[in-house]
Amino acid sequence: MKPVIMTFTKRDIVNFIVLMVLAFLVIPMTVTNSYWYSSILIPWLCLALAAVGQQIVMGYAGQLSLGAAGFMAAGAFACFNLILRIPDLPFVGALIISGLIAAAFGILFGLPSLRVRGIYLMVATLASQFFIVWMIDKFGWFKNYDTSGIITAQNIVILGKSFTSPIAMYFVVVFVVAILTLLAMNMVRGSAGRNWMAVRDMDIAAESMGVSLLKTKLEAFAISAFYCGVAGALFAFTYLKSLEPIAFDIKLSFKILFMVILGGLGTINGAFIGAAFILLFPVVLNFIGNTVFHGSIDATIISSIEQVVFGALMIIFMIYEPLGMAKLWESIKSKIGFNKKK
Amino acid sequence: MISELLFFMEVLVAGLLSGTMYSLVALGFVLIYKASSTFNFAQGAMVFFAVLSFVGLMEFGIPFFVAFIITVVLMIGVGLATERLVLRPLMNQSEDTLLMATIGLGFVLEGLAQAVWGVEVRRLDLGIKDSPIPWIADNLQLFISALDVTAGLVATAMIVGLTLLFKYTKIGLGLRSVADDAGAASSIGIPLKHIMLLVWSAAGVVALVAGMMWGARAGVQFALIDLALKALPVLIIGGFSSIPGAIIGGLLIGASEKILEVYIGPYFGGGIEGWAPYVLAIFFLLYRPEGLFGEKIIRRV
Repeated sequence: MKPVIMTFTKRDIVNFIVLMVLAFLVIPMTVTNSYWYSSILIPWLCLALAAVGQQIVMGYAGQLSLGAAGFMAAGAFACFNLILRIPDLPFVGALIISGLIAAAFGILFGLPSLRVRGIYLMVATLASQFFIVWMIDKFGWFKNYDTSGIITAQNIVILGKSFTSPIAMYFVVVFVVAILTLLAMNMVRGSAGRNWMAVRDMDIAAESMGVSLLKTKLEAFAISAFYCGVAGALFAFTYLKSLEPIAFDIKLSFKILFMVILGGLGTINGAFIGAAFILLFPVVLNFIGNTVFHGSIDATIISSIEQVVFGALMIIFMIYEPLGMAKLWESIKSKIGFNKKK
Repeated sequence: MISELLFFMEVLVAGLLSGTMYSLVALGFVLIYKASSTFNFAQGAMVFFAVLSFVGLMEFGIPFFVAFIITVVLMIGVGLATERLVLRPLMNQSEDTLLMATIGLGFVLEGLAQAVWGVEVRRLDLGIKDSPIPWIADNLQLFISALDVTAGLVATAMIVGLTLLFKYTKIGLGLRSVADDAGAASSIGIPLKHIMLLVWSAAGVVALVAGMMWGARAGVQFALIDLALKALPVLIIGGFSSIPGAIIGGLLIGASEKILEVYIGPYFGGGIEGWAPYVLAIFFLLYRPEGLFGEKIIRRV
């Protein structure tokens, strides 16, 4: 039998070209303020990439995982050590190997998924979160025996050129994210994605139809951790510009979980929408606090309000739109389209 | 030799007693899981919310018992609101959906508590010292904290009480029938709403007691939530639907994490308490996924 070749609809190709033009031409030409790059676009893209990873394991393969930040930490510190210890290694190579190292952790901590699911699996993945961060923190080798606690990330050098300005870093990030997202979109449409979804919807039925649970689940964990690892390395090198284990604590894992759930489980664009929301909402809230109330509201209260809103939204989405903002966006679009036809 | 043995005993007893603190948190999870097969991820946040409100009220000069009663009423209110706003709209949804919703609920409670009472660390004085009991220290050469012993006694009392309630009262029978088959239970006239409210209120009270014990030891602060997360491995070891399981799981986790920390921790620079319970839980999952006392999970296509 001939393998089925993926076909793309015209809309897919148009969307892709529009997005690429936007990312590589329109934004670099119109946005000049470096604040936008270093505080909004770069972290958004990095976290969205991690959310794509979380989306693969949770949204597509249906395995509840709460260890994204742990895998990000593994990727970030792997990248730091690779560049430090192998001088001739190109940055992109280091990035890929970091992803692979994170993937190895993903397979290791994905093993319990073969026996348990739901909340049980979540607790097992919490082990990865706590263990990886502890390991990096306790063994000096990972931090190159730095005692200050904060290690400055090396400059990104690609083909002899160093990428240090915010806009240059933006290009690096957007390039990596674009390629990996494209890959992810193809994976979830291909046989891998179909197997993941079959396992998600009913694992016993999938197994009886010849889908190997072992292979499918571990593959999902490995690829997810790979994405998180690359995202973690980018996050540390382009946004934080430093490496500290505390930056990858359980709170970050929860944030990524929220991105995926609010954005919409089982959609790649949901990861991007969710990441944008989780990242921008606090910015907007702070802005309101500063301009409307002139800073009379304490910053800690604002962050508490933020937590309440995230939590409440989570409940509201679970009740009214379990498929998240991506689905909401689709419904709005189709409503507008419907009105036009009239 | 004898001093080594004594030291080991001391570590073991301290571990067992601090394990009862985990049991107290785990107990709240079990209560709700037993009655509604909902995994309430917000239990840790409820602990934080309850004890922070309690300490906040005490700071207004409200006497201990009045503050306790007000907080209990508040926790019943939280239970009522949860039943109405979260559980009822999500009835008959999958377990994973409910779990997500309770994660959201946890964030709401954490945020609310901090928005109202602020984020600073507070001290909670129960009048029980977190220092060795002199009599035991003198006669048995063991240094055991009075607070640990109190927590152990409180946990035992609550567990005995709840077990009796579940086994021998009409309410307990109702609870168990709802847990077994909510639809069948409501069709023979068991008021589902009341049962849910009752269970969530009970979990709220358990949360308050657990929070008071934890707060007296570590201060009332946000870090309590991370401690409450450790109730999760306790539940995995004990089984989600078993009250005795919660206590035995707590004891096992408490003792093993202390022993590992004291005897193996130094080789790794310490701090293995942070993840050891989770790794233990993983090994347990591989061997016995339903926990020590849990019911065997049977899934059909």
